Amino acid sequence: MNGYNFAYLDEQTKRMIRRSLLKAVAIPGHQIPFGSREMPLPYGWGTGGIQVTAAVLGADDTLKVIDQGADDTTNAVSIRRFFARTAGVATTTHTAEATIIQTRHRIPEEPLREDQIIVYQVPQPEPLSKLEPSRAETKRMHGLSEYGLMHVKLYEDITRYGHVSISYDYPVMVNGRYLMAPSPIPAFDNPKMDMMPALQLFGAGREKRLYAVPPYTKVASLDFDDHPFRTTRAPQVCGLCGSGVSYLDEVVTDDKGGRLFVCSDTDYCETRRAEGHAGTELAA
Amino acid sequence: MSLDLPGFADPVTGAQSCFRAVLEAMSRPGLVLEAGAGLTPPAPLDPATGAVLLTLIDADTALHIDPAGEAARDWIVFHTTPRDAAQAEADFTLALSLPKLASLPAGTDDEPQLGATVILQVAGFGTGALFELAGPGLATPRRLRIAGLPDDFAAQWAANHGLFPRGVDLILCAGTQLAALPRSLRISHVMEG
Repeated sequence: MNGYNFAYLDEQTKRMIRRSLLKAVAIPGHQIPFGSREMPLPYGWGTGGIQVTAAVLGADDTLKVIDQGADDTTNAVSIRRFFARTAGVATTTHTAEATIIQTRHRIPEEPLREDQIIVYQVPQPEPLSKLEPSRAETKRMHGLSEYGLMHVKLYEDITRYGHVSISYDYPVMVNGRYLMAPSPIPAFDNPKMDMMPALQLFGAGREKRLYAVPPYTKVASLDFDDHPFRTTRAPQVCGLCGSGVSYLDEVVTDDKGGRLFVCSDTDYCETRRAEGHAGTELAA
Repeated sequence: MSLDLPGFADPVTGAQSCFRAVLEAMSRPGLVLEAGAGLTPPAPLDPATGAVLLTLIDADTALHIDPAGEAARDWIVFHTTPRDAAQAEADFTLALSLPKLASLPAGTDDEPQLGATVILQVAGFGTGALFELAGPGLATPRRLRIAGLPDDFAAQWAANHGLFPRGVDLILCAGTQLAALPRSLRISHVMEG
């Protein structure tokens, strides 16, 4: 901790982020510009999430960081170590023990509770960015709640492919008012955001935007009455813990076409194995 | 002389714990939380009111101080160095009685976050008029008694909520307690105090 302010950021920066976070909670799903700082890691590595976490984190918090569901990947390990060093906080890999969970692109399988906060790392906060490149235009569209462009995109997908071809960062409507990018979580995770008991905060460092979804807030994935939103997952079961409901990663195991499907949420998978569940890979 | 009175004993942890209370209060409207215990702001400020000011105000914010809070001005300015602003232009208003919500900045459709935040010191929670709150943050409607709001509060709030996403947000402080009413909230007046 020597040489750093608590949680790295100076107090004035924290106040600026905190003020923005309060407005973000008051206007669910609305993107708020903030003075994103240079962090000691590059944009794209979670600088937005880190700044939000730093503004929220206290000495008595327990922090969990996941990257694509895993606690042991480079991004997760370095961010966890960053806060252990600059804030001296306790860290954990167990979802149930964490008070703050910073995540890159997954929501844990275990349902989150009221006493937890989840912080998403967001590369592109603007859900309309691929349809309308002008930031001034999209700002106006949010102001007018004019989201026809996105419905046209979904409609064109259905006419071309028979289904909506978005598998991650699937756009959602928050509280019936704002179209929001849920960050590149798989569409599989979208239903978890709806009426979640935990507070959800989103930080985009490079794009200098943050936004929030308060607890128990309606989050609806965009769809049509005759083409309702559906989640997809690989039809396999986890090779290690045998789960048939968790989101799976496909791992190439050799150069002869060998494949292994495993839970993307490592804590969920380890907990299940500790409870005695075993997949085919372990039984063999 | 109010300048003699200290701010947070530890500015970093003091501001962090107060912010978490405000964040929690804003996320779960009507939930009453502890803040500012141990803080000794000058009269007429309560500890929670002082703590919220120390946590959110700095040289980057325009603050309007209600004339009734004038006695605390030196302390506020010394510890937080805000820009002084008229109520109609202020990011934050410190008030000891509810200002007309319609007279405060409500932001624009494109930038609703420019709507003001009112730090309102009230007489207390658990007594006074009974309100029912519903909206984001609440799985089921929550009831809260607030003492010290004007009789037409529910009507003023309905107009404020009707502007959504524009509007103003309230942080209510009393003693060492606070609660928050974000603009997304629907409020109905259930009973007189």
